Parts: sequence; C-alpha cells; structure tokens
Amino acid sequence: MACRPQLTPVLRRLARTTSELSRQAPRPQVLSLTRTAAAAGSRSLGSSQPRPFQHTPARRKDGDDFTSIKYPELKRDGRFGRLTLDHVAHFRSLLGDSNSALIDGVANAEAAADDLEPFNSDWMRKYRGHTQLVLKPASTTEVSQILKYCNDNMLAVVPQGGNTGLVGGSVPVFDEIVLSMSRMSQILEFDDVSGTLVAEAGCILEVADQYLAARGYIFPLDLGAKGSCHLGGNLSTNAGGLRLLRYGSLHGTVLGIEAVLPDGTVVDDLSRLRKNNTGYDLKQLFIGAEGTIGVITKVSIQCPQRPAAQNVAFFGLESYEHAQRAFREAKGQLSEILSAFELMDEGSQALVHRVTGSKRPLESTHPFYCLIETSGSNADHDSEKLSAFLESVMDKGIVADGTLAQDETQLRALWAWREGITEALGHLGGVFKYDVSIPLAQMYQLVEDTRARVAEAGLLGDDADGTHPVRAVVGYGHMGDSNLHLNISTRRFDPRIEKVLEPFVYEWIAQRQGSISAEHGLGLAKKKYIGYSRSEGMVGLMKQIKGLYDPRGIMNPYKYI
Amino acid sequence: MSALRILVPIKRVIDYAVKPRVNKAQTGVETAGVKHSMNPFDELSVEESVRIREKKSAPGGVEDICVISAGPTKAQDILRTAMAMGADRAIHVEVKEGEDLEPLSVAKLLKTAVEQQKSNLVILGKQSIDDDANQTGQMLAGLLGWPQATQASKVEFGEGDTVSVTREVDGGAETLKAKLPMIITTDLRLNEPRYASLPNIMKAKKKPLEKKTLADFGITAERRLKVLKVTEPPTRQGGGKVDDVDGLISKLKEMGAI
Ligand SMILES: Cc1cc2nc3c(=O)[nH]c(=O)nc-3n(C[C@H](O)[C@H](O)[C@H](O)COP(=O)(O)OP(=O)(O)OC[C@H]3O[C@@H](n4cnc5c(N)ncnc54)[C@H](O)[C@@H]3O)c2cc1C
Repeated sequence: MACRPQLTPVLRRLARTTSELSRQAPRPQVLSLTRTAAAAGSRSLGSSQPRPFQHTPARRKDGDDFTSIKYPELKRDGRFGRLTLDHVAHFRSLLGDSNSALIDGVANAEAAADDLEPFNSDWMRKYRGHTQLVLKPASTTEVSQILKYCNDNMLAVVPQGGNTGLVGGSVPVFDEIVLSMSRMSQILEFDDVSGTLVAEAGCILEVADQYLAARGYIFPLDLGAKGSCHLGGNLSTNAGGLRLLRYGSLHGTVLGIEAVLPDGTVVDDLSRLRKNNTGYDLKQLFIGAEGTIGVITKVSIQCPQRPAAQNVAFFGLESYEHAQRAFREAKGQLSEILSAFELMDEGSQALVHRVTGSKRPLESTHPFYCLIETSGSNADHDSEKLSAFLESVMDKGIVADGTLAQDETQLRALWAWREGITEALGHLGGVFKYDVSIPLAQMYQLVEDTRARVAEAGLLGDDADGTHPVRAVVGYGHMGDSNLHLNISTRRFDPRIEKVLEPFVYEWIAQRQGSISAEHGLGLAKKKYIGYSRSEGMVGLMKQIKGLYDPRGIMNPYKYI
Repeated sequence: MSALRILVPIKRVIDYAVKPRVNKAQTGVETAGVKHSMNPFDELSVEESVRIREKKSAPGGVEDICVISAGPTKAQDILRTAMAMGADRAIHVEVKEGEDLEPLSVAKLLKTAVEQQKSNLVILGKQSIDDDANQTGQMLAGLLGWPQATQASKVEFGEGDTVSVTREVDGGAETLKAKLPMIITTDLRLNEPRYASLPNIMKAKKKPLEKKTLADFGITAERRLKVLKVTEPPTRQGGGKVDDVDGLISKLKEMGAI
C-alpha cells in the first residue's frame, strides 16, 4: 500500500478536505480542532458584536479588546474579594507547588501574562478577561477544597473545559479565578457489555471517542471542536452536535454526574444505571448549567454500538417545501438507520465553493441542498433501504438531483460541504451568527425575512466593488433537530447592520415560540436575550435554583441568567 | 479514424481512506469487515473514458465503454459505480474471495477480453493501491504487442488514429505519440473523477452486466509468487508527557541527554 500517501496531492476531494477545511473537522475523526489551529483560522461571531477584521497573531498584552472595555455596561461586582498573595499561598498548599497545578499572575503579573492568556481569551477571540490565577486541580477533593475556600473568601470562579464555547461563558470577565479541568482527564472505567463509560470531566471528547472506537462503541455526541472540548464542557453546555438526531440529547444519555458545589459539597450522583426513579433527578440541573451552580468532576454516560456501515447522500432541492418533504420521507423510509439530516441553502454552498474551490457535488445549482447520513450494522441491508428511498424521492419529484458517496473519500468530501460552512464564512470576514430553534415549517422563513430586511435597508449586495457591507444572508443547520444557523456574512464593520438585525431576529423567534439559543447556550453573549425564549416566571424559578446551589454567587458570575 | 471501443479494467480494493491492517496469520491484509471501493486510479480511467466521449475529443467518436473486473461477487458494486459514472456495460469475472490473481494472470485474462470485445484502447490505472504492483498495463501491452503509454496526465487524439499522451517525469513532462490500438495507464493528475448522480446511479442498475468465470478466458488462479510474510512497519515509539520544567529536566538527566 506504499502509494497511498502519494495519492494525497491530487486526490482532490480529500486534499481539500484536509488542508482547507481542517478546523471544522470533517468526519470521521481524521482531523480535529486544536486551540492553536482554531486561533489561527476561523473565528465566528456571537450575535451582538462584529469582530475586528484583522487579527494580529499574537495578542497585545494591553489592549482595548478586553470584555470589560468592549462592554462598559458590565461592572465588577464589589462583593468579590481581590486575590492576595495569601490566597495564592493557600492554593499552593492545596495543590502543590508545581507549575502544572497553578499559574500565578498575582505575584508577578508580567511574567505570567503569556501563560495566562490562553485561559483569558475565548475561541472566537471575542471575549477576553483579566484573570491572574489559573488553578488546575487533579482530583475531586482538590476541587472541593478550592471551591470551599473561594466560597468562604468570596472569590469568584470560572470553570473552564476545552474553552471552545461560542457564547463567552468559559472565560472570565474581570479577575475571576479560572478553574481548569485539564488535569482531570482520565477514563476511569468502561463496561463492555452495557456500554457505560465513566470518565473525569476534563477528558477530551475525541480521546473518549477513540477509546470507545477501539472497543466497538461510539460516543453519543460529535461536534467540530471534538479535538479540544471536554466532556465536562459538553455536559455544561448541553452540546447538541451532529449525532443528536440519532442518539438523542445528553439529558438522555448521561447516566450520572459527580459534581462539587461552591460550598465544597460533593454531589455524589455518579450512577451507572439506566433506570433510577428514586427522587428528583438533580444531575439534570448540571447539564446545560454552564458552570453556574457547581463544577462537574466526573461523568457516566451510556454509549451506543459503533455503526459498522455508513452512507451519505447529498440532494439538490427546488424549495424549502421540498426539503421538508424529503425529511418526512427519510424518517419514514430510513427510520432506524437515519443518523443525520442536514440542510444547506445555495448561499452557504456558494460561499464554501468560493473559499475552498472544491468541485461541487452536483452539476447544477439548486436553492437548497440536504445531506443525509445513514448508520447501521449491515451494509447490504442499509444500501437496499437507501436505494429504495433514493428511487422513491427521485420518482416523486421531491429531489431534483443528488449523489450518493461511492467511497469513504467521497463521504468525507460531502460532509465537508456541511461542516465547512462555519469556517468558510469565517474566512470571508465578520459574521453575525444566530443559533436558533424554530418549528420546522417556519424555520427557513427567518432567513428569507432577514435577507429581505437587510436588503431593504440597502445593506445587502454581492457586488465585487464591495459597496454593500453585507455579502450574504445564509441559512443552514441540523434540520433533523429543527435547529437553524442564520448567518450574516459581512464585508466590514457597519453599525447599521446590528441595528437592522437586533432585536428583529429575537422578536421574530419569540413570536413563533422558538429558542434564541438552540445549542450554544447563553454565556455572556445571550444572557440579556433570555426573555425572548423564557417567561419571567421561568427565569424566576431558575434564579431560585441558582440561589439555592450558589447562594454567594461566586460561580461564573455576570453570565447565564 | 476508427471509432473507439474502450476497455476499462477496474479493481475492488480496500478503501483509500481506511487504514489497512495485517492479519493475525501475517499472510496478508485483513479484509473481512473492511470497507472496499474502486481503486482510485481506476476511477481516473473510467472518468477519462467518459470524458473522451462527452468532449468528443476522439475524431472517430466512442462506440463502447466496457468496464471489466475480476474479483469476488462484491466487485459488481464497483462495476455499477463505473456504469453510474458513464460506462456502457460491464463484465464481471468471478474469482473466489482470497484467490487473488497475479498481474500476469490478469494481463492474460485481459488479452482475451480485448480480443472478445474487439477493443482498440485499454485504459488502466497505473497500479492498484492494494499491492502496488504497477505491472498489469505493461504486461498486457507486451502480450498484445501494442504500444503503451504509462502514467498519463493528459490524453489527446490526433488525425489518423494517433494518440498523444503526456506523462509527468522527473523535472518536466514527456509526450509520447502512438497509433491505435494502444494501452494507456492513468496517473493522479489526469482528471478529477465525478460524483455519480442519482439518476445515473438508477440507470446504471439497468445497464448490462455480463457474468463470466476464469474458464471463459482459459485462465486458472495459479500462483507463481509465494508470499512469505506480511508485517506492519515498525511502530513509532510513543512520546511521554512531562508535567513541568522540573519533570523535563529530570527526564533528560535520566536519559543521559544532559
Ligand atoms: C468548531 C466548533 C464547533 C462547535 N460545534 C458545536 C455543535 O455542533 N453543537 C454544539 O452544541 N456546540 C458546538 N460548539 C460549541 C460547544 O458548546 C463547545 O464546543 C463544547 O461543548 C464546549 O466544551 P468545552 O470543554 O470547550 O467547554 P468550555 O468552552 O471550556 O466551557 C463552556 C461552558 O461550560 C462551563 N464548564 C466547562 N467545564 C465545566 C465543568 N467541568 N463543570 C462545570 N462547568 C464547566 C464553562 O464555565 C462554560 O460556561 C462548537 C464549538 C466550536 C469551536
């Protein structure tokens, strides 16, 4: 097989997949995102603030890009203590003196600045905090001791996993202590019969998945950031990702959690049981809590059998109506083998094409495309089902054109047309991103209405001379989960864009009882918009929970609710 | 100029994107339960044949594109794929799983096929990525006594049955010219194979696929070569991780590096 590597230069589809679209990790696990790769390349934007268009590779040590300066309305909460050398000395006595357990900028801020920087800046390079201390506990006991001490001394804490969150939740706003889970990364046990995996919260998603792959199992969650994000971070954001349609949300697959409350109490709920109807299911509160009520230290999760056979089909469709019919048919005919149903509009695909130059899968263009993946245990059985399905959607005129991956290379290349969108948009300039959930029937209408609104304001145009600040308004997403990504690709900063978009988009969603954040969470970016998706009464109940578990408010302040 | 009757031999191999593993007995590569697909070089041959027809680049036109594969029953999948890409018909020569043919046997088989199909152009991959032999095209040319142009990166047709083939050589390009009938083997830069469209995948199901046996070609799966042992390349020594600078220094001391 000596010549396999030689194929790469011209093996067109794969070559593009690897070199240009690497950060969005085309599946399966050929590539993965690393913090450095991410920082060098694609960055996406939250909804409310355009990102600067030029990024200097090395961050200035002093700059106006601190969250506290960009958002002057945020004020440091005066109840929180300021870190002293005594505090640091106490943490040293808990964790040991080694540099791997503690990064101290209190004693000498200048010397530690470079080491602290990665913990202060988020993946999008949109938020930047002022932490002077990073603690890296190695055990649940250490986490408990740290939190108890912080609670007693009113020191604010930000739990941090892989720091790939997209809403600014994982980095401090002011001088909160960063509690990094990176040293708690062990896989603790795996039951080969039940498929139950128990691991520490700092275990990287891809590491867990590879461990499982060697044993014929798969992690029930997959997303572009898998090479960096932690299981604890995934749970804390209740990440959705690419396999949700098939394996369901973490609220169903997580069997148990061990967590530590701010007062040091260890929440000992690391059940390995699928069924356990004994009292309130408190672990659910930690799933999606974004580090606001405690720190997750261990996870027990139900992992399914890894599918032996996978197929990917890619369709061109004449309207959104056709896409919905295709989804309906796919569910009906492919039922248990359907593992993904993704939607892309022509605008998004044209931009990917512009950036990557890859050969487009279909001869002609269509207003919509969808990508269907099947996963099953028997390739022949799946192929037969899939062929029957393809034939029927072609015959019924639901699908205008399409293709079916004939080999693994094509399969990955087709996925790149979906997974590469975020990065392609990032290459072209600033992006306003909305990650929303809307009842399926109206889902794409949001893109059309937004596009019309931006055009009406005279901001939209795909002109070469760049007279219009907005290049395109595109939509794509996890159709199988009614989850749409509305993206507005801009050429340059223009204050009019945001005014046109907000609160228009949020109001539009609220009118249809949708969610303003389907899978990325609230963090700092969406905190003030929660009212568009949750009633006052609901937010009140949430605040009670927060008050109960974190009465002194030290956990991830300024964010969430 | 004569109308082209193109024969395209294709092979089912372990998928390019799959990492092959040596079997326990060390007699070969593990194939059970491993994803297979068309040899990537053969995809180029199919694509090139279809393009010659579509682009009308041969003055005499293309009368027939026939794909042929000797292999297990599953090889019919790649024959269907080739027909979905645009080949007219297919021949499947049944070979029992595990009874792989050596390049010379394949060349002999193809010689008979060329005669039976009245082919005047054979386009093959320069090699298949399973054993990397890079021999079949050359042996076939020898057996037939036809001119050969291997590792083509460009194929052009001229007057009077002439074909110019450009091949990449160290430090430049070399152009060969020959007259039909001839043998061409493909290299990576020749073209970019298409995605088979759904309508064509459906149509391919109805295209003729002839089933034959080795006996139809007067061939047996005899082996002249004996595989003694197949082993993995030595594994790289994994690195270790140190916790901090102190750890690094003591490790270096331990190794006697400082
Ligand atoms: C390229 C890319 C693709 C993505 N794709 C998807 C996608 O398809 N679907 C999706 O849902 N999301 C996606 N995301 C965002 C997603 O939320 C994160 O990637 C991931 O789930 C966060 O994990 P993390 O370990 O990086 O957490 P971090 O970013 O470190 O933290 C996220 C939040 O969780 C808290 N937290 C982290 N660890 C703990 C812990 N142990 N205990 C308590 N709180 C903790 C933090 O305080 C923070 O509020 C993507 C992000 C990127 C960069």
